[in-house]
Amino acid sequence: MTKFIVRLIFIKCLKAQPICNDEHKNARYNFCLRLADNNLILAQRLAEWCSKGPILEEDLAITNMSLDLFGQAESFYDYAAAVIESNSSADELAFLRSEREYLNTLMVEQPNGDFAFTMMKQMLFSAYTKLLYESLSKSVDRTLAGLSAKALKEAKYHLRHSSEWVIRLGNGTNESKERVQFALNELWLFVDDMFAMDENDEALITIGVIENTKDIKPKWLMFIKQILEEANLQITSNTNSISGGIKGIHTEHLGHLLCEMQYLQRAYPGAKW
Amino acid sequence: MENANTQFQQWEVFIQAKNGSPFEHAGSIHAADKKMALQNARDIYTRRCEGRSLWVVPTNAIAATVAEEEAEFFDPADDKIYRTPNFYKMPKGTTNL
Amino acid sequence: MNEDQRLIQFEARINAGEKIEPKDWMPEAYRKTLLRQISQHAHSEVIGMQPEANWALRAPTLRAKKILLAKIQDEGGHGLYLYSAAETLGVDRAEMIEQLQQGKAKYSSIFNYPTLNWADMGAIGWLVDGAAIVNQTMLAKCSYGPYARAMLRICKEEGFHQRQGYEIMAKMMAGNDAQKAMAQDAMNCWWWPSLMMFGPHDADSPHTKESMQWKIKVESNDKLRQRFINRTVEQAYHIGLTVPDPKLKYNKETMNWEIGPINWDEFWNVVKGNGPCNHKRMAHHIKYHNKGQWVRDAAIAFAQNETFVTAL
Repeated sequence: MTKFIVRLIFIKCLKAQPICNDEHKNARYNFCLRLADNNLILAQRLAEWCSKGPILEEDLAITNMSLDLFGQAESFYDYAAAVIESNSSADELAFLRSEREYLNTLMVEQPNGDFAFTMMKQMLFSAYTKLLYESLSKSVDRTLAGLSAKALKEAKYHLRHSSEWVIRLGNGTNESKERVQFALNELWLFVDDMFAMDENDEALITIGVIENTKDIKPKWLMFIKQILEEANLQITSNTNSISGGIKGIHTEHLGHLLCEMQYLQRAYPGAKW
Repeated sequence: MENANTQFQQWEVFIQAKNGSPFEHAGSIHAADKKMALQNARDIYTRRCEGRSLWVVPTNAIAATVAEEEAEFFDPADDKIYRTPNFYKMPKGTTNL
Repeated sequence: MNEDQRLIQFEARINAGEKIEPKDWMPEAYRKTLLRQISQHAHSEVIGMQPEANWALRAPTLRAKKILLAKIQDEGGHGLYLYSAAETLGVDRAEMIEQLQQGKAKYSSIFNYPTLNWADMGAIGWLVDGAAIVNQTMLAKCSYGPYARAMLRICKEEGFHQRQGYEIMAKMMAGNDAQKAMAQDAMNCWWWPSLMMFGPHDADSPHTKESMQWKIKVESNDKLRQRFINRTVEQAYHIGLTVPDPKLKYNKETMNWEIGPINWDEFWNVVKGNGPCNHKRMAHHIKYHNKGQWVRDAAIAFAQNETFVTAL
């Protein structure tokens, strides 16, 4: 039903779009693909928790987040394909592209690690998407704005859930504090990559489709610092950072994730499921 | 109670289906604190749009009557029919009452 | 009132179709049977997440992924409703989980079979959930209030489980040769175990008589099994699947599909712990339960501190 409404919205909006050239179309396509890839890869990671949660209730909570993100991924893939008037389905984009064609940020592809690692990753990422969707919900691209407004509600809830856990773990036992501090140190390597921009973004900024992500980062940092303070955690002084997601250059982990996820589509080309 | 730690304490969940409706008991969940209890209740009992508002109450904070008290608690209300509107006879032709 | 009088009153209530509530007087045997049955049912839902989670990461489309995850999640939720129903009988969840992990409590043997191809997701939904629904619809009428109410909710939510399973099978039977082979393979694997889910024949089922007298069960194993067979055989033929039973035949008089003999040796063997996945399922449960201990400890420590702070 939601999907149906979304489709209606963007058929209407495509006509109402400011006239843009092919360069802008491609830029928008790439941007939507990046949003979709981020969601898909993180959703897949969260699905790994299925039947492995620390308590039954949390198992269900993690699955809820995973389902939200799969839904968002599908909508952004659909829209990406519509932008370039391609017949590709969301499934083709998800299951038939290879590692180098994936544009997700490196943070989301990192293995789950322990529960502290998963919650820290979720918090750092959801705080970013919350701000991003807030900004995108004001985009001149009305479809993108609509999809982002819906995703924003989900991101806010994920942020609430994960940040509360980070605070619990940071103030829990010595062991939990150590684990969640370790997670923060490790994941901080991938923070810059979330905010990376390329020439596509520059093009979209000029026509008002997106905001400069440079403007998002200070807000993000302020929020994260607030939570980390409540959680009694320290940002590592290590200034190393790894990036490349936006160019399709990933850590070694993504290939394995795709291998598993794409197995049936790759093993039986053309089969309908 | 030595293993109580492995599953957290129990909470009862009450859901309001829509604004203005009464809060109704939905079931129970386990959680370590209030915030967790609310979120667990949301994730378990509202997956199919069952509610717009939630209450959670620690199960051990609820007092209940027991079956053996049923008669003395509730039967005395049996013969107080004068508490219902139909008990009263109105003169023929009365309206708006 | 003495025990005998209470028992007479209790049975009169049951015969009158009344529901028994947690605080009501009940015979110890009634409480014990219910506790065994409800906790076993709860454990089955939770252990049942594992064979499906085995395919959660490999589901072939986004739609299939969402459906499968939502279904596994429902099963966890249903385990939770059932643990709650069992807790009303005075045993807490931690203790029930301990009994499961020590092998003192059982779960449905069906989940001790492996899921080796995608069609197994179809077969589990269609056959295993199909059999479960026949059983659960009956249990929604049972005499114990909390169990009956949990069942009602579960039956309502599981409405989509069987349909999504059949949809997977139908799609694969309409697909290429490899897909058809997978679907038939899944049918061959799951058909007999799903018939065994209803338990031994009535004549060999020691608990049935008492359970029926107290309306913990309201229909017998064989009757429920036959209802399931009659529904399912036609559905199998409808999409071109072969039922792996050379003796299967339709009896025009009784209007029943009559099956060949069930291999009860296999059933008891799996019940005793020698099925292909008994060890793996329990090892998984214990492993992740233990791995979660530090998280639970942290949450409890935090809650205790927080209470302290708020009290100030």
